[in-house]
This record gives sequence, C-alpha cells and structure tokens, in this order.
Amino acid sequence: MTLKFPLLTLALAGALFAQQPPTDAEVQVLPVRPATAANGAIYMISGDGGNITVQVGSQGVLMVDTGLAPLAPKVMAEIRKLSKGPVHYIINTHVHPDHVGGNEAFSKLIPPNRAQPLLIIAQENVLNRMTTPVTGSTTPPYQIGLPSDEYYLPFKDLHYNGEAVIVYHEPKAHTDGDSVILFRGSDVISAGDVFTPGGYPFIDLERGGSVEGEIAALNHILDLAVPADKQEGGTLIIPGHGRLCEEAEVVEFRDMVVIVKDRIQDMLKKGMTLAQIKAAQPTIDYDTEYVSANSFVKTDQFVEAMYKSLGGK
Amino acid sequence: MKTVSRPRITTLLCVLAFGPAKNLVFGQVDFSGSWNPLYHEDYPERFPGPELADYAGLPINAAARARGDAYDADRISVVMEYQCRPHGSDYSMRGSANLRITKDIDPESEQAIAFKTHIGWMEEERTIWLDGRPHPPETAVHSWAGFSTGVWEGNMLTITTTHLKPSYMRRNGIPRSDKAKVTEHWTRHGNILTVIVYIDDPVFLTEPLIRSENWMLDPGQEFLPQSCEPAPEIPAPKGTVPQHLPGTNPFLHEVADWYGLPVKATRGGAETMYPEFRQTMGKPEKPVPAKCDRYCTCGMNGGTCDLR
Repeated sequence: MTLKFPLLTLALAGALFAQQPPTDAEVQVLPVRPATAANGAIYMISGDGGNITVQVGSQGVLMVDTGLAPLAPKVMAEIRKLSKGPVHYIINTHVHPDHVGGNEAFSKLIPPNRAQPLLIIAQENVLNRMTTPVTGSTTPPYQIGLPSDEYYLPFKDLHYNGEAVIVYHEPKAHTDGDSVILFRGSDVISAGDVFTPGGYPFIDLERGGSVEGEIAALNHILDLAVPADKQEGGTLIIPGHGRLCEEAEVVEFRDMVVIVKDRIQDMLKKGMTLAQIKAAQPTIDYDTEYVSANSFVKTDQFVEAMYKSLGGK
Repeated sequence: MKTVSRPRITTLLCVLAFGPAKNLVFGQVDFSGSWNPLYHEDYPERFPGPELADYAGLPINAAARARGDAYDADRISVVMEYQCRPHGSDYSMRGSANLRITKDIDPESEQAIAFKTHIGWMEEERTIWLDGRPHPPETAVHSWAGFSTGVWEGNMLTITTTHLKPSYMRRNGIPRSDKAKVTEHWTRHGNILTVIVYIDDPVFLTEPLIRSENWMLDPGQEFLPQSCEPAPEIPAPKGTVPQHLPGTNPFLHEVADWYGLPVKATRGGAETMYPEFRQTMGKPEKPVPAKCDRYCTCGMNGGTCDLR
C-alpha cells in the first residue's frame, strides 16, 4: 500500500473533507489494456492516494476514483494526454478521501456539458457518508463533487466506449459502500480498497466494514476473474493501492485474510483477550509482506479490526 | 591486373569476417538446444518433492518458517486456483525441468537479442532479453516467469529477473515473495550447462539463497504438450483455505525422526547453511535409522524412488 500514513490519518481525523495544497508527488500512468475495434483502452494512474482507473474511447472518458485532491491537476493533465474527449463518468469505489478526494477538483476541471453532464456514480452509502457531518469536526461535509447517480441495488450497469461496465456493491466489506467495477469487454476489474496487495486491508468498522464482508468481496472478485492458460493472464485486476495484478494475487490476498481470520476466531473461541491474541502474533508469517514503514494499516490495527469484527469485546 | 597489397587484404578480410566491430561481443556462448536435467544435486527434494517441514539449508526468517508450519497440502486440492500453475522461474529449473532453449537473432545485426526457454512442467516459457531493455515499472503486472534480462560477463551469461508472481522457494509451503530479485549465472562447458541461482528476497530471507543445477545436452529430447484443468479434489465450503492453526501441525518433527536429525536442523535459518552449524545443532530425538528407509535409490536420473 503506497498511501502515506500521516496524510490519510489527517484526512480521517476530522479534516476529511478539507481542501489540501498542491503536491509535488508524481503520477504514473500504466497501460492496462489497449483499445480494440470494440472497446476503449484502460489505464491505471497511481501516485499518492488510491489508484485511478481510466477508460478512454470513442465516447469519452470514464474514471474510477479521483485520488487525493492535490493530485487532481496532474491526473487531469495525464488524462488529457490519453484523450481529448469529454469526461462523462466518475465511479467512486468507496468514501475514503484518497479515492473521492479529487471529486470536487475534477468537477471544476471538467468543462460543463449540457448534452451529457458529468455523472458521479457510487453506492448510496458513499453519498450518505459524504453528506453527513463528522462528529467533532469543524469541517463541513462535501458540497461539490458528490455522487449524482447513486445506486442501492446489488449492481448497476452501463455501456460505455463499446463495452459493458458493471458496478457491483460489496456489502460491509472494506466499508459499507464498496463497489467493484468490471469492464466486461476489456476483462479488467477495478477493485478499490477491497484488494490492496502488499498491505493489510483496512477494515473500516466505523464506516460499516467487516471481515466477513471483506472475504465475501474477495471471493466475488475471484468469481469474476478468469485466468488464461496455466493460471496466468486473463482478467487484470487494478487494486485500490499497489501494482497491477491478476487472479493469482487475489488468491494470495484472500487466503491471507481467511487464514488470519481463522486463527483469531480460534483464539476467540479459546477465550483469549485482545492483548493475548496480539501477543500470540497471529500474523507473524504475513507481517514482513504486508507491513512496511509507509503502511497505513499496521499489524495491531489489522488484528484489532479482525478481533472486533469477529465479535471480540 | 591491379595488385592489392597484403595489409589491405588483411583489413578487408577482417571487416568481412567480423562486420561492424561495435556489434561484437566476444565470449558469447550459444545455449540453444534441448537439455536434460541432471538430478545429482538434491534429487529427493526436487523430484519426489520435499518432505513436509524440512526447511534445512534455507536462510529463511521467522515469517517464512511460520508460513511453512501453517501449510496444509490440502490447500492445493481445495483452492483450485493453485492447480495448473507453473513454478516460479527461480524454481522451475529445479523441478521436472526438461529444458529447451532457443535464440532470437536480430536479422539486421545478426546479434542475439534474446534467449527463450521452454520448461516441460506446465510448458513455462521465459524470454531472457539481451538487448539492454529496461525492466518494467514496479506497478506492472507480474508473471510466473518474471521479466529477465541478461548481460555477458566473459563467456558467462548473468541474468536478472524481477516481476515474479508470489510463489515458493521449496514446495512445502516455504514462500518466495513478489519482491524477490533473482540473479542467475549460466555457463556452458561442452555439453554441460550449469546454472547458479541467487535469490534475494527481503520479505522471507535473511541472506541470499544460492542453488545450482546442471543439464546435459540432449538433441533427441521430445516435449509433450501439457494441458491442465483445475478441479475441486476435496469438496469444501466456498472460501475455505486449509491450514494448520498455530501449534497444531502434527508433521513438524516427521522429517527429523525419519532421518535421525536434530529437529533444530530441519527448521531452517541462515545458520543451517554453514558447516559450523553441526557444532550447535544438538542431538536427534530419534536415533539415526540403521538402514535407509526413504528415497534410498534416488540419485542422478534414478527414476523411481524406493519408498519402502
């Protein structure tokens, strides 16, 4: 997970909706899938904040997430190198500011289009949380860049740039408003923070997340993904943070979450306290892989979120 | 008839023989051909497969050891996505590694721009680029074979591989991470190919793991196509991931008991790689067997192993 800890901590600790100054951070553009006669092309844009998926084609531009607000001008400049077409859609995978933080900036950067105005799609809980004042915060909720096309059914679909784009709600996973997006023609999944290879998942209990929902969401991604011959190639998966992946990496990640969950559940059955569980190091075999100096979720936070989500008091 | 002086003829012959001097790389060796693996090193580990909980000689850290202790081989039967995978390319030359190497030639310069390897197991293909191209960005997709580039050091080809998918260092649950960097040194002595592999893995190793393998040129070798389709071998509820919960793995002493080894010697760690370890490894819990009980006939191309 490349997210810098102080940045998101600041955001989540009350300045959730605040404007942030421009940043020197660089953005990288990675081609994910080239355009075909039928489909548009898919790119992954990464930098500080969450990964951004960009689909460009004959109709225009569709983005999944907008990253942190300060990066928006740089991201927009990169998008303009990929396409001069109108940006018609933004899909937010969840409410955290490293994924919706650029909504307001993009709403202003994208020229008004009366014929087909910008639509921001998200599960309805994203809109609810973005418009609900945070207790104790003096910062007002978002006023601009709010989801304008929220959905509440299990999925929402649209057809854009020659392919079906399906937005699936993953209930109570990383948060209560997670969406996983399948680009059906391109065979690309944009997973949001349900999948963060190289970093433990942030199971945000305060915003409706749960370990069981997280596992169900990962299993759903595995159902959607189809590898090519010898378990390689096939569906490409753009994670919320980290590098471009295929199904095999989601399997590794899902297995890690299940294995740690099974251990903590077993310890809970034995009546162990949170302190005893932490002392037993239930993640010892995964810490060197999933925790680094820059990790947003450290071992204690992950174990604590698991413990509480599984009913520990 | 106009005569041409001897020095001019010599110069002309040199140009004709060697072409533009800037393209020449002296000492290049052609590895092309079909190669048959020689299993005289570590045969039981490589061919029948490693014993459970045998981590001896691996410079692993506590995380890798715990990962191995939790490993339940049923995982492959239950989690179908583990089936039909090739080995990581750092491991594939240790397995059932019938090997074919071909060479790509740039038609303009007549220089080799890549070697391509084909390994029998799961038909794994790898390209080793020789044209100086950079490795992809860290965010790019990874593969079982990884991304390999090679440079000549005299008549030795040194290969650097990155972008490997997570896989294993030993097929008993000891992992190798996707952050590993693998360096290989290939040398050819007549019909023998020797490959020395260094694995640097900041996630699971405290020191580089160094291994070597040999092949013999076998021009008559034939490869058969391999097809594979995953299938559930053990029915289990969706999302089940078999593991041994901490403290419950009943097989951790098995290999030590079978071979009459101190358990400490089987637990791995950098110290178990060095001869001095014999002074501190302690005594076996079970006596050394009076006669061979496992893998007694295994050896170089030993075929079937006696599992009496």
